[in-house]
Amino acid sequence: MPEYSLTVNGSHRRVDVPADTPLLWVLRDELELTGTKYGCGSGQCGSCTVLLDGSVTLACVLPIENVGDRAVQTIEGLSDDRSHPVQRAWLEVDVPQCGWCQPGQIMTAAALLAQHPDPTDEQIDEWMSPVLCRCGTYNRCRKAIHVAAQEGGR
Amino acid sequence: MSGHEVSRRTFIQVSGGAGAGLVLGISLAGCRGPAIVTGSLDQEVLNAWIRIGTDESVTFLISESEMGQGIHTALSMLLAEELEVDWSRIRTEHSLTDRTLYGRQSTGGSTSIRTNHERLRIAGAAAREMLIAAAAARWGVQASECRADDGQVVHTASGRSLSYGSLAEEAALLPAPDDPPLKDPAVYRLVGRRMPRLDSPEKIDGSAVFGLDMSVPGMLTALVARPPAFGGSVGNFDASAALAVPGVRQVVEIPTGIVVAADGFWAARQGRDALTVEWDSGEFGDASDSSIRELCQKLADKGAVVTDKGDVAKAAAGAKTRIDAEYDAPFLAHATMEPMNCVAHVRADGCDIWTGTQAQTSAQDIAADITGLPLEQVRVHTLMLGGGFGRRSRNDFVAEAVHASKALGAPVKIVYTREDDMRAGSFRPVAYNRFSGAVDESGNPVAWEHRIVSPSIIRSIGGQLQNGVDPTSTENAGDLGYAIPNIHVTYADPELPVSVHFWRSVSNSQNIYLTECFLDELAAAGGRDPLELRLSLLGAHPRRARALRLAAEKAGWSERRADGRALGCAVAECFGSVVAQVAEVELVNGEVRVPRVVCAIDCGTIVNPDTIEAQVESGIVYGLSAALYGQISIENGGAVEGNFDRYPILRMRDMPEVETHIIAEGDPVGGIGEVGLPCIAPAVCNALFAITGEPIRRLPIGDRFKT
Repeated sequence: MPEYSLTVNGSHRRVDVPADTPLLWVLRDELELTGTKYGCGSGQCGSCTVLLDGSVTLACVLPIENVGDRAVQTIEGLSDDRSHPVQRAWLEVDVPQCGWCQPGQIMTAAALLAQHPDPTDEQIDEWMSPVLCRCGTYNRCRKAIHVAAQEGGR
Repeated sequence: MSGHEVSRRTFIQVSGGAGAGLVLGISLAGCRGPAIVTGSLDQEVLNAWIRIGTDESVTFLISESEMGQGIHTALSMLLAEELEVDWSRIRTEHSLTDRTLYGRQSTGGSTSIRTNHERLRIAGAAAREMLIAAAAARWGVQASECRADDGQVVHTASGRSLSYGSLAEEAALLPAPDDPPLKDPAVYRLVGRRMPRLDSPEKIDGSAVFGLDMSVPGMLTALVARPPAFGGSVGNFDASAALAVPGVRQVVEIPTGIVVAADGFWAARQGRDALTVEWDSGEFGDASDSSIRELCQKLADKGAVVTDKGDVAKAAAGAKTRIDAEYDAPFLAHATMEPMNCVAHVRADGCDIWTGTQAQTSAQDIAADITGLPLEQVRVHTLMLGGGFGRRSRNDFVAEAVHASKALGAPVKIVYTREDDMRAGSFRPVAYNRFSGAVDESGNPVAWEHRIVSPSIIRSIGGQLQNGVDPTSTENAGDLGYAIPNIHVTYADPELPVSVHFWRSVSNSQNIYLTECFLDELAAAGGRDPLELRLSLLGAHPRRARALRLAAEKAGWSERRADGRALGCAVAECFGSVVAQVAEVELVNGEVRVPRVVCAIDCGTIVNPDTIEAQVESGIVYGLSAALYGQISIENGGAVEGNFDRYPILRMRDMPEVETHIIAEGDPVGGIGEVGLPCIAPAVCNALFAITGEPIRRLPIGDRFKT
């Protein structure tokens, strides 16, 4: 099997997996980074959202061979101590319910705020609508994004 | 449903080894467990709710499953309130499965607070009294001279204090009081306040461990190839191509299908794709939505009587206007965001199960049955549940994991792909309904006939119908609550092989839609305002009338809306609570939009208002997804929809503004987890009826208005 080297959350990692293995399963099964979640396996729910060089990427449909030298950031790498402004806002608003989709929501929100530090509701709709939540945390996600923006956080 | 009465307040005390501190539980009424259980915290089996460490740590062991409903936080509030400990020091864990301590562990039916409200207050108070007694003994004073305050026992006269951690070992040796004094709710510090969820921190940094995140040494990851048709079975299969996939280790048959076990998910999936199987499709192999509906139509006149009041035929014959209608509600999948999964490790000397289940005791029974091990050698470890909604009480995933581990001689993690999860059954039952109603000259409903045909959940899980009726299919349909003089309701089970199960709010999810929409049809036929008609018929149910009035007032019921926009309302009483909702709906170019929902909820007593609001929003999103899009279709005996492209759920851009008004005037505490759901479909459909004049007699609403 081919060997790939990756940069994940700032660390260099090597994995030996088939070329078509989705990044999601490399993260979860090979690197034991289970914060990135499986929801649909076909890029429809956003639970597996990670950042590649800062851009929102669906890890369940990205073969490892196409990751290249782009830096992978997962929920575990967003901060060491839950201090990222999005995480702080998420706690302040107490967003999560079951929590399964939350890493995808949070990573997407972090990318949104990096690009639009004070997003409009329309921008929030556009960026966040790909990430499904079955528990109904949408209104709290929106509120937390506004809180994070007010606190000036990227 | 009433909670477990704590009629015999027998405590079970677990006195720890050195450094272990106090562990305290309370047995259920009627349990005959030992009064004292000794053990060490180093042991993995802990029979208790409260653990206080000598390092001042406070851990609550919760026997209910946390699936997003906030139960670990709410139950911790009850414990901490009586125990008098600082909120910031509390941690929670799922307890192990132990029926002698907790009774049957099953989280469903919105019962957790109702079942535990009293017994956890007692457990917290008993621990507090033991800590006070330990301090009093050390000081040589009367316990009555001491009080508990924020993790300390204080001797009031001298001002001396001792921390709980320093008292825990001595307290653990004292007898647990049978009847400790409970706090007056008027002086509550926590209960009734907005408290932050204890599980939020681990859910925002990826550290929370859900079932699918579990891994044990030597574990194989397995997918199961299951028959595409319900009632089908494996004919022949050829595993050679599957076994040739790198990483695939073994292929074995279990009762539900063929297990492909590999080093990880991707290899297991590639292996399963490579499997060649001939399925025996069984007697249901030609079934489709239309054949199911035809069967149901034939059974509509053959149902068992649920309610028979007055004389419907006579009343209808003499009435001014009569309406006949067929209503349909589809099969629905739960579609939890985390698909079903389970890790099992079967050995000669025991079985461990790690999973997110809503029904631990049944998981233990299932594993004991499959392995032949005694119950005490089956340990069920509950992990975080990525959504439950009833699906995770089925435990079909547990049975598969135990079968697979037993067959393979290794720890096995069974994983359902999204398609597996969506097509595996355990659906909200399909429901065909035939209504006939009539109103008099004043527009008052005088006759109500409702014939329900819907597969029985009780039968699907191996139980018996009661005189031909499955009460889980007829909730709120038999006893409408409205003052209609002549009512006739029947129920028939079409006995389909499709597995059906408890789906958030169970048959309230369809019956409130059906009855509240048909009531609006009668209101229209009689020229009555839907709100005014309901209030006129709710004389026997003042809590329902109050909630409905409040929701309508806050929504601005009497204000005129622009063309293409209207309000719809619905009210229900279920799971010990009352809920009313008013939905504001607009129809723009054939697209249904729901910008705002106002909800009034009367749950009697408030534990955590933040959780109540979150659960109301949650129920509305879940119910609105179903109303707008939700449908599992049957073709060739199997489920068609497999992923979110064909089974959409609400997205952020479609999320209504939700305004929740909580009524709590001291009535007994009611359930919360399911109550927000049943009213949203009828409220939205009734608004659409008001806009278009066409009743919505079939869910989902779908794109019927698009041209």
